[in-house]
Amino acid sequence: MALLEVKDLQVRVEEREILHGLTLTVNEGQVHAIMGPNGSGKSTLSHVIAGKPGYEVTGGQILFRGEDLLEMSPDMRAAKGVFLAFQYPVEIPGVATMTFLRTALNAQRKARGESEYSTPDFLRKVREVSKSLNIPQDMLKRGVNVGFSGGEKKRNEVLQMALFEPSLCILDEMDSGLDIDALRIAADGVNALRSPKRAMVVITHYQRLLNYIVPDVVHVMSKGRVVKSGGKELALELEASGYAQFEDAA
Amino acid sequence: MPAVQETVERVKRIDVDQYRYGFETQIESDKAPKGLSEDTVRFISEKKNEPAWMLQWRLEAYRRWLTMTEPTWARVNYPKIDFQDLYYYSAPKPKKTVTSLDEIDPEILKTYEKLGIPLREVAMLEGVEPKPGEQDPARRKIAVDAVFDSVSVATTFKAELKKAGVIFMPISEAIREHPELVQKYLGSVVPTSDNFYATLNSAVFSDGSFVYVPPGVRCPMELSTYFRINERNTGQFERTLIIADKGSYVSYLEGCTAPQRDENQLHAAVVELVAHDDAEIKYSTVQNWYPGNSEGKGGIYNFVTKRGDCRGDRSKISWTQVETGSAITWKYPSCILRGDNSSGEFYSIAISNGFQQVDSGTKMIHLGKNTSSRIISKGIAAGKSQNTYRGLVTAHRKATGARNFTACDSLLIGDKCGAHTVPYIEAKNSSATFEHEATTSKISEDVLFYCVQRGLSQEEAVGLVVNGFVKDVLQQLPMEFAVEAQKLISISLEGSVG
Ligand SMILES: Nc1ncnc2c1ncn2[C@@H]1O[C@H](COP(=O)(O)OP(=O)(O)O)[C@@H](O)[C@H]1O
Ligand SMILES: [Mg+2]
Repeated sequence: MALLEVKDLQVRVEEREILHGLTLTVNEGQVHAIMGPNGSGKSTLSHVIAGKPGYEVTGGQILFRGEDLLEMSPDMRAAKGVFLAFQYPVEIPGVATMTFLRTALNAQRKARGESEYSTPDFLRKVREVSKSLNIPQDMLKRGVNVGFSGGEKKRNEVLQMALFEPSLCILDEMDSGLDIDALRIAADGVNALRSPKRAMVVITHYQRLLNYIVPDVVHVMSKGRVVKSGGKELALELEASGYAQFEDAA
Repeated sequence: MPAVQETVERVKRIDVDQYRYGFETQIESDKAPKGLSEDTVRFISEKKNEPAWMLQWRLEAYRRWLTMTEPTWARVNYPKIDFQDLYYYSAPKPKKTVTSLDEIDPEILKTYEKLGIPLREVAMLEGVEPKPGEQDPARRKIAVDAVFDSVSVATTFKAELKKAGVIFMPISEAIREHPELVQKYLGSVVPTSDNFYATLNSAVFSDGSFVYVPPGVRCPMELSTYFRINERNTGQFERTLIIADKGSYVSYLEGCTAPQRDENQLHAAVVELVAHDDAEIKYSTVQNWYPGNSEGKGGIYNFVTKRGDCRGDRSKISWTQVETGSAITWKYPSCILRGDNSSGEFYSIAISNGFQQVDSGTKMIHLGKNTSSRIISKGIAAGKSQNTYRGLVTAHRKATGARNFTACDSLLIGDKCGAHTVPYIEAKNSSATFEHEATTSKISEDVLFYCVQRGLSQEEAVGLVVNGFVKDVLQQLPMEFAVEAQKLISISLEGSVG
């Protein structure tokens, strides 16, 4: 069974249709890249999968391990293993990152009927993961993303990904606002999480990111549809010729 | 389990309409006849075995009150209160004087147990005395005075406090045992003629706490009073008087709850603080009177006058409040900065949900030279509530070098509530520096979604974000109260989303 099946998905925002019948199948262990020009609906797709309010699904289906994802609350989806790394992670003043991580992790575990982590176990786990991502302990005491640099915010997303161990990771424009060094650290973190049990959907406007996170499948999105799919060479092709050729196909 | 998580657990277990403290205790009580007259005042004074001067003081206040009218300037709406339709005194029977906890009606002890109030010293300490110098807050002692309807039912740790020279007792007892102190200070900060509710309180107050810390003494433990309204149709009018003599320090905590009732109940307290040279008083409140149900029926009318007088040079008074309860809150804990170099602080979290109306803030009155004040106010409005910050900062002509910093932040949850900021600033001398910052924001959908995407429920997310929003103020509370307050904040916001 596929991990994620998006079938003929139609989505409206404020009376305007944004996705016009999008289909996508992702299996365990795969890394898919979704590329497309600005405004083609990439973020919309990621938001609808994660359950962000404000989107009206007017047709189609999203199945996660065969279960109807659209019937689940967004926190339930998270507990089931859907993780969205945001393009612009928000700041939560006054809530220490450590507190946030622990509250979220335990909420997920509880929803799955698992026991909560003990304090030493939790601390050990966080320390281990943050070290590999070059995240100083000091950063974890600060408010969630408050005063973090662009690179720190993205690393904090990867930290959560590593900690929550989701089975589907959607990364929305992870490369935006990062210099090469910051991008490499974040991408290394993501690569370390690749596993036969986990799938990733990497959304990006630029081919650059895919030099670091090499995909198995590349999809091109235009005007709310997937217009072409192929292997990783498709990304290079796009880089050379641009998106213009697909605008008409849509 | 981290406090936030615990909070969240709690929220989950509670239905929207369920106020955790809303039970009633079945005990017989001794009441004054309904209504207010000179006879009521005499009745109360007699019940309390008061000296003649005290009765005179009350009667003067009563006569003054007859000439006054209820204030209407606050941004709150409520039907006219019939002051003749209330009981002004109610004491649990048997009314013989209690000298130890064992003589208290077990029903009352049970009530406090349900409220989580550590009346039993042994339980509080789990039988273990902290070692000298040990700073484990969980084992820190708290002396408790508990006021049930109109009378104080128990004061703990009396002996130990006495050794330090600290007087901590019901004010009714202090009137008899320390008349010279009470006579000197009572009404010296909030005069009997101060305002409608304070004057009413002066006439009919029944009990409350009295604290005196002698010169140079650092009070060896936190002092705490819990107020509980139990009787129907009964007003609660407590009176608290705290005096910190030269160079002394005391931290005082106050907590309040009431049963869930359909009718509105009146609570009109007066708190007076006096800090002499180099003394410091820290006064913290966690107010959780019954706020009314989800349709706005019932709840406490909380009309309170709290004022601190920094009478001595370099004295300091700090108010910290967490206001989550009451149908209506009308409350402005203030500081009169009389002594040179004295300072006042006001840290406030005011949360309103459902149909609650809050009009709260502070007054910082700079009279002495180089006085400073600091105001940090966090208002959170949810449901159909209205939440107003009202603040006054003034500098007298002689108050050269006066400084104030004010930051008022309001957070709106949903779009049927309102937050308002009404600052008054008056500087009568040019060397005063007053800074004022104010923000109003809506709880961000993006922030909530971020939390929810990471596995928190919508309600947990709101609790977390709000606890972050108020963190600066929560940090001002003594540890034990901070944890309790954090839970309370989330509980009082339940039903605010979705
Ligand atoms: N909340 C919204 N309200 C109105 N239009 C929106 C909203 N979100 C997205 N859109 C529109 O939907 C289209 C797709 O946007 P988006 O999914 O963000 O594209 P991408 O991520 O590929 O750049 C754009 O035309 C955008 O303007
Ligand atoms: Mg986008």
